[in-house]
Amino acid sequence: MRLAPFRILLGLFCLLVAVWLVMPTLVIIPMSFNEKKSLAFPPSGFSWQWYANFFTNPDWLSSFFNSLRVAGLVAVAATLIGTLASLGLSRMKHSGAGLLRAILITPMIVPGVVLAIGIYAVYLDYQLVGTTTGFVIAHTMLAIPFVIIAVSASLEVFDVRLETAAASLGADRFTTFRTVTLPLIAPGILSGLLFAFVTSFDEIIVALFITSPYLKTLPVQIFTSITRDADPTVTAVGTIIFIATTVIISAGLIISSKSTRS
Amino acid sequence: MTARERGAAIDIKGATKRYGNFTALDDVSLHIEPGEFMTLLGPSGSGKTTTLNVVAGFTDLTSGDLAVGGKSIVALPAHKRNIGVVFQHYALFPHLTVGKNVAYPLTLRGMDKQARDRLVVRALDMVKMADFAHRYPSELSGGQQQRVALARAIVFDPPLLLMDEPLGALDKKLREWLQLEIKRIHRELGTTFVYVTHDQEEALVLSDRIAVFNQGRIEQVGTGRQLYDEPTTLFVAKFIGESTSLRGTAQTSGNETSLTIAGQKIVAKGKLASGGKPVVLLRPEKLSLAGANTPPAAGQNSLTGEVSEAIYLGSGSKYQVTLRDGSVAIVRASLEATPFSIGDTVDLRWSVVDAKLLADDDRADMTMT
Repeated sequence: MRLAPFRILLGLFCLLVAVWLVMPTLVIIPMSFNEKKSLAFPPSGFSWQWYANFFTNPDWLSSFFNSLRVAGLVAVAATLIGTLASLGLSRMKHSGAGLLRAILITPMIVPGVVLAIGIYAVYLDYQLVGTTTGFVIAHTMLAIPFVIIAVSASLEVFDVRLETAAASLGADRFTTFRTVTLPLIAPGILSGLLFAFVTSFDEIIVALFITSPYLKTLPVQIFTSITRDADPTVTAVGTIIFIATTVIISAGLIISSKSTRS
Repeated sequence: MTARERGAAIDIKGATKRYGNFTALDDVSLHIEPGEFMTLLGPSGSGKTTTLNVVAGFTDLTSGDLAVGGKSIVALPAHKRNIGVVFQHYALFPHLTVGKNVAYPLTLRGMDKQARDRLVVRALDMVKMADFAHRYPSELSGGQQQRVALARAIVFDPPLLLMDEPLGALDKKLREWLQLEIKRIHRELGTTFVYVTHDQEEALVLSDRIAVFNQGRIEQVGTGRQLYDEPTTLFVAKFIGESTSLRGTAQTSGNETSLTIAGQKIVAKGKLASGGKPVVLLRPEKLSLAGANTPPAAGQNSLTGEVSEAIYLGSGSKYQVTLRDGSVAIVRASLEATPFSIGDTVDLRWSVVDAKLLADDDRADMTMT
């Protein structure tokens, strides 16, 4: 048991890191039940009033539905484009495939602020600021890399020789895709769809640039509300989003890990 | 309809496939009879698998023609050729049960469920996998998966079945058993089988005829017996069975060729038409050993050497004899023959008529392990 003191220290250190990582998130949950209109921690008393405010205040509700609508459209568009791109890239024998893949992934690497400035400049010219179309185009671009990564991982473990076998049994290219390829990479596509949805749903940087009083997404509403009047409703919203995204992302991770194992 | 009539004849004419500067298939022509079991045998990279892929439609020809049942299919894509294919890696669909895998080609052909179920059961019965219809491929062993793959390839009753080293990933015992199963299924179906392997023993067990491939060409086509007894090239002689090849200073007189090997002279019937360097080829069972001081019988050749390895095999013995020029002869002796030990000086004997005279060929050596 000579190692015991070292093991205790190591355990404590790990605990400290864990607390550090989850604390900011966990702090908002008790705060969302605060009785007073303040963002002070620790909170005092218990009430559901901020949740009630979220579900009754039209500003909060409309921004919530804006986000749902944009994220839903983005999830569909990014999944469609990203899946087709992954299929194309996986079939490309040309050396340009690597470069193409890198270009498609760049929105994930380029700093959000830089992208936001560029998008804003272009949107001003084309009157896309504050429009659903504008949000969907910008967020789809940001979400495509996540779909490509998820679907490519599925394609990596997909045995292309199964397509040859399907052809020998009488299936044309489209039938082969529908009956063999698609069912086998479906988990990757589904997890890509979930990641795309979440990417759009909690996106703030680009959204702040291209928002308008007529079209605010939920993160924008949270940001403006907390900088203007310290409204504790943000903690209730934060708690709701936290739980929802945790469930969605976990589902996505479970689905994709299942697909790569089989 | 008799079994043999269900198979289709295959005609490959002048098939050539080039990849840039590399010629994978070089003017290959081959006729396969309806219902025949034809094996394409050769080392890796010899063109046998390319030939199979060309017939299946997975690879396009650079030039040449290909006909099944008298009709050219060169222009048809793979999915319209109606040819069964069994792959080395099984290629079962992992998301479908065994039953659904076998039903797959029937579903594509728009068959109704009742007829489909009947054919699936029949095909699975034929490969003895009927009890596994509801299992998934991942729950089966390699041998079981390959039997399901075979059922899936024959369920739509194709006139031709192609098999690409189907037993390559299985262990020896299972392989030997499945070889007999494949042979039985071939007899029962009467379909034309084209089988690719690099294993000469497997080729001998299964085939009606064997086409020996080397460097993108066919060296020789014939029954196993023809290839073993009457090889036309040194490559075929060395690829099929064991053999000893003797080289020396050659001299031709009349219809006889003589070779002088380390001072000793041997003769062989015939002479090389091509005028190349002659090699005398001997099968192990045609050779015998004698003590150094016993005189050879009439019509026998004799070469002196030293026993360098003696192996008792139960049914007989196998010897390696190192000759004076350093070459090694392989001899299979019966149980009744006088035994010899390592280090004994012996005479290697054979009847003149049992030797085969072939042209020397550097291509023959590069493929031998």
